[in-house]
Amino acid sequence: MTLRFSSVPAPSDRLARPKGRAEHPLVVTLDEKSGPRALFSGDRLLEVDLPAGTRVIYPRPPMEPLKDVDAAIRYALNHPTGTGPLHAKLRPGMNVVIAVDDISLPLPPMRRPDVRERVLTIVLGMLADHGVEDVEIVIATSFHRRMTAAEVRHIVGDRIFEAYWPDRLYNHDAEDPVGMKLVGTTDHGEVVELNRKAVESDLLIYVNLNFVPMDGGHKSVATGLCGYKSLRAHHTPQVIRECRSYMDPAASALSTSVERMGRLAEKSLNIFHIETTVNNRMFDRPLDLLHKNEDDWTGAERATFKGLAFTLSRLPQPARQAIFQRIPSPYGVTGVFAGECEAVHEKTLERCNAQYMVPLQGQSDILVAGIPYISPYNVNSFLNPLLVQVMVQGYFFNFYRGAPIVRKGGTMIVFHPCTDQFDQEHHAPYIEFVHDVLPQTRDAVEMHRKFEEKFASNPAYLEMYRKGHAYHPAHPFFMWYWGEAGRQHLGRVIVVGADNDYIPKLLGWETARTFAEALAMAQGGKRNPDITMLHVPPIVMADVTL
Amino acid sequence: MPASFFDVDGTLVKTNLVHPTVFYLANQPNPLRSLGSLARAALGAPRMALAELVDRRRFNELLFTAYEGISRDRLLILADEAFDGVMKRALYPGARDLVQRCRSQGHEVVLVSGALDFLMERLARHLGATGYIANRLEIKDGYATGKLLRPVVAGPEKARLVREWARARGEDLGECFAYSDSYSDVPMLSVVGHPCVVNPDLRLATLARTYGWPVIRLEKKSIAAGILERLP
Repeated sequence: MTLRFSSVPAPSDRLARPKGRAEHPLVVTLDEKSGPRALFSGDRLLEVDLPAGTRVIYPRPPMEPLKDVDAAIRYALNHPTGTGPLHAKLRPGMNVVIAVDDISLPLPPMRRPDVRERVLTIVLGMLADHGVEDVEIVIATSFHRRMTAAEVRHIVGDRIFEAYWPDRLYNHDAEDPVGMKLVGTTDHGEVVELNRKAVESDLLIYVNLNFVPMDGGHKSVATGLCGYKSLRAHHTPQVIRECRSYMDPAASALSTSVERMGRLAEKSLNIFHIETTVNNRMFDRPLDLLHKNEDDWTGAERATFKGLAFTLSRLPQPARQAIFQRIPSPYGVTGVFAGECEAVHEKTLERCNAQYMVPLQGQSDILVAGIPYISPYNVNSFLNPLLVQVMVQGYFFNFYRGAPIVRKGGTMIVFHPCTDQFDQEHHAPYIEFVHDVLPQTRDAVEMHRKFEEKFASNPAYLEMYRKGHAYHPAHPFFMWYWGEAGRQHLGRVIVVGADNDYIPKLLGWETARTFAEALAMAQGGKRNPDITMLHVPPIVMADVTL
Repeated sequence: MPASFFDVDGTLVKTNLVHPTVFYLANQPNPLRSLGSLARAALGAPRMALAELVDRRRFNELLFTAYEGISRDRLLILADEAFDGVMKRALYPGARDLVQRCRSQGHEVVLVSGALDFLMERLARHLGATGYIANRLEIKDGYATGKLLRPVVAGPEKARLVREWARARGEDLGECFAYSDSYSDVPMLSVVGHPCVVNPDLRLATLARTYGWPVIRLEKKSIAAGILERLP
């Protein structure tokens, strides 16, 4: 049986939206005849009836992928922006370090060959042709967990893996006492300490996969290869509160801080950036129907969705997780840019925004979203409660440019089971954070002051980070701070379909059994609140004008 | 200053109490005596195995009867050799780093083990630990009687000794850490604020999952595990 959350009937005056202003075709205003909308609730699929007048923001269709990716890579390396071609920087006997983005993006992981493998194959060939033999590849994990051998193989491909793993292809270790080197301090007092091998190399090549606008640019080196001294400069509640949107680097205090640090690194290191963009083809058949307006589904698509939703509702959770984790995404590469950091990233952002941004007129009182099973921090593991918070108040709230989709003091209604479950290895420090720190305080500033450092120096968790596959013990704090901008802006978060009350309560959220109940709670005294639904995934972001 | 309490056998070294005991028995003044000691120990093995299942303390008491008649001088003279030949080479690769990391955070590091004190003293020195709580043989007229002095360090007694150690130094156990590989050390793990399991046995791994205790693996990967990890 397909789960279906019914809403209260809407008054017809909702049809008055968008109040005289024409909305973009991808912003669909529902009427009484509109069918239910499809959304994720963790690893299940639901159908939800939304009131007439609700605006639903659909993702743009996937951009046309490059016809010949390898040729595009070669072209970018030979015709870079803001600097000379890569081959002109090479000389026999030099030492080159290649840093690569980790598995936290794209989501879900990309079908092989991953674009990073394609870039690495061509770059390594070029290095060999120019007599460069001293080459090491570092996975730029920062405080993320170390990738497993199989995950590294997925990203770099069999040939490179067999030739380089594990001695010349390895994960960054931000806690290696001899593996980090101080580069300098910015005029704002931000300490730039980076991977020693990268700092001491003759040439650092960064291979990025730019999934969303907050990725890449200076963040690649200044964050991907840094340690705690550097992260402490900007991964704080105070800095996060000053971010107007993570997806709009120009309006993000976090991004501004990272830029300052990145510029300092660029002065001291010889860095060649390679950035790549992908389209939003997150799902292949049969889930590609999630790209479409439900009212345009064919009969076969409707039946497929119902069948999928039914099947998922009957399967045990581990089976659902296994199914989703085994299906890589058929992303298409839409751009390859190389050269000087800022010049390259400008082009990358342009391509990224062209894929994700949908113009939206005005804000809403209520934002509705289904939270899926995956985030950048739980590839190959379970989306634990802290990460659900990150998805809601960190990512989904921040899927905007200009102004937040929801008004100050507004409500987010989200769908997720909020199950009290954690991956014991990947998210070991998260468990203590959720069950020991959160019951004591939800105040990010207080937890930053009282608990973060103690966690960050916990020898057991550090051992798990350095030798196992656990996130750094400071990471759960960063995850809480990540939701800070949303927490400061939103009046309330109501979760529908939670399988318990205490986890939402720990997160500071309310619960409702049905969407109708959530809507009634969110409406309060207001008769006709403006409602917007973000139809994610695939990813879509709103370019909001007031 | 918080303290980190480490179980030793199976946690920091891959040997157990039996290995150094066999070393001592095999290194008696003459081969005939060695053979006799080893044969006696072998005959007592089924009893010890049974005791291990029921009560770790009883197992320790039975095992250390094998030392009966060995002179104190011999115990100490052979201690360096036993440590180098048996314990040091059996240290897990990450053990020293882990202890050093605790020290660098300003922790007192205390080894809590059923092994004998003269071996633990050497191990503590080698790892950079600040102290140890270990078993002591009763010596009469310069010879081991085969009995252990009270308290016998094993199972729940470890928890009491850790509490006592902390009380004597005014330590807040809520801030302290404990590391072990064995279910028999659950009492010790339970009295500190930060329990952590290392290379856990099945029962301890299950308990760690239930309580969300961190799990560390210090042991070397088996060849099969290494091959499996490399598979796509």
